Amino acid sequence: MTRLLAVGAVVGIFIGLWQALVVLADLPAFILPSPMRVGQALWANAELIAGHAMVTLTEVLIGLGLGAVLGAATAIGLALSPLARLVVRPMMVLSQALPVFALAPVLTLWLGYGLGPKVIMALLIIYFPVTSAFFDGLMQTPRGMLDLGRVMQGRRWQIMRHIRIPAAIPGLASGLRLAAVYAPIGAIIGEWVGASQGLGYLMLLANGRAKIDLMFAALLVLAVMTLLLHLGVDRLCSYVVRRQER
Amino acid sequence: MGLSGAEMRAPAIDFRGSAIIGGVTVFEDLCLAIPAGQWTCLLGPSGVGKSTLLRILAGLDEDIGGNRTVSTNDNIGLDGRVALMAQQDNLMPWLTVRDNVLLGSRVRREPADMARADLLIVQVGLADHGHKKPGALSGGQRQRVALARTLMEDRPVVLLDEPFSALDARIRAEMQELAARLFAGRTVCLITHDPGEAARLGETVYVMGRSGLTAIEPPPTPVIRPYDAPDVLACQGQLLRLLRELP
Repeated sequence: MTRLLAVGAVVGIFIGLWQALVVLADLPAFILPSPMRVGQALWANAELIAGHAMVTLTEVLIGLGLGAVLGAATAIGLALSPLARLVVRPMMVLSQALPVFALAPVLTLWLGYGLGPKVIMALLIIYFPVTSAFFDGLMQTPRGMLDLGRVMQGRRWQIMRHIRIPAAIPGLASGLRLAAVYAPIGAIIGEWVGASQGLGYLMLLANGRAKIDLMFAALLVLAVMTLLLHLGVDRLCSYVVRRQER
Repeated sequence: MGLSGAEMRAPAIDFRGSAIIGGVTVFEDLCLAIPAGQWTCLLGPSGVGKSTLLRILAGLDEDIGGNRTVSTNDNIGLDGRVALMAQQDNLMPWLTVRDNVLLGSRVRREPADMARADLLIVQVGLADHGHKKPGALSGGQRQRVALARTLMEDRPVVLLDEPFSALDARIRAEMQELAARLFAGRTVCLITHDPGEAARLGETVYVMGRSGLTAIEPPPTPVIRPYDAPDVLACQGQLLRLLRELP
């Protein structure tokens, strides 16, 4: 209850400051529309915005799911095989030197204007944090636990499954928390570069037609969506981590 | 439980050789004879290589250089015949007490002997705790789970690396008695800092220093000896004096 009140207070202060800025600085509506105008735009275009939001949400969720699975699988593969570490790890680090944003036009060129390139953008942007957080976790299994598994003559994969992976779940969870914030960035960049749907596309469209209130309404929805996604993933991760030890 | 197969096959172990870690010699020309089916206690200050020696016997020695041989009187290697219990309980916090006891069968993909696990949990005095996770247990209870897990492995050789040193005096004495009873008949090698522990449990006692091992005659009474018997106290004093006189 206090938490809810705190959230309400923060939102109230945010809207108050926004309104104060508009009034005190006498900003024209095409620079920063008032909260009221954005609210009206949101209400008037609710169906339109909801449709585009669903598209973006779909891209983000698929990208998040695929990125989490691929990232986790890569981390396990790296942890199992010293050869893979030797070959793949430098490649992964090198690939981070290339800004993912720069790939967006290429992906659009190759995969067209549909869902594909956005999902891949979201996937690419979260792949590294998920892999790296989980991999670090997998490599930090307490030595005593590993000794135990080896003296028990555990098989390599069984030790991975019963000892190393469960011990690294907190690492995977912190990777996924980051991923929940990053994934929407990937999807929006993808939409900016070339799309016919989605909140990123809607923002560009509204901006081009000088419907600044609509642009801000879409931005607001995007922010709330990302926040809720982060909150959901965070809750889920905390639950799983807590559940492990109780 | 009667004498199981593992206890009947408990071997004597003979170690000779050296250990080098990261270019630093931990010990050289060390000879250690561990008699079959008895408690052998290795007492010594930190850093003389007691744990290294135990790791070698446990087969965890791929990072340890040097020349050495480990032989047994039945000429069968120690692989798969050793159970290990350390100062840290190394319980998996995500598994229940029972599943921790069954860890060995999990990682080997063997069918789990639930009935035996439950029996051992009762024997270590945790009858009502089998379904709990380690986070809900006290330090002493956790070490009891580790004891049950070690027994579950049913290996003829048991290597103990200061398993009771983090416990308070009362619980430590209880655990020593429990371990002495439950490990009877196996070849046990116990590393300890505690002269009192060696005097109570050792049927063979070595003091390990930088210059090697010194064998000490333990009290003639059978283990586990009462902690307040005069010969045990005398032995404890003698061991402490030796420890203090080490170079």
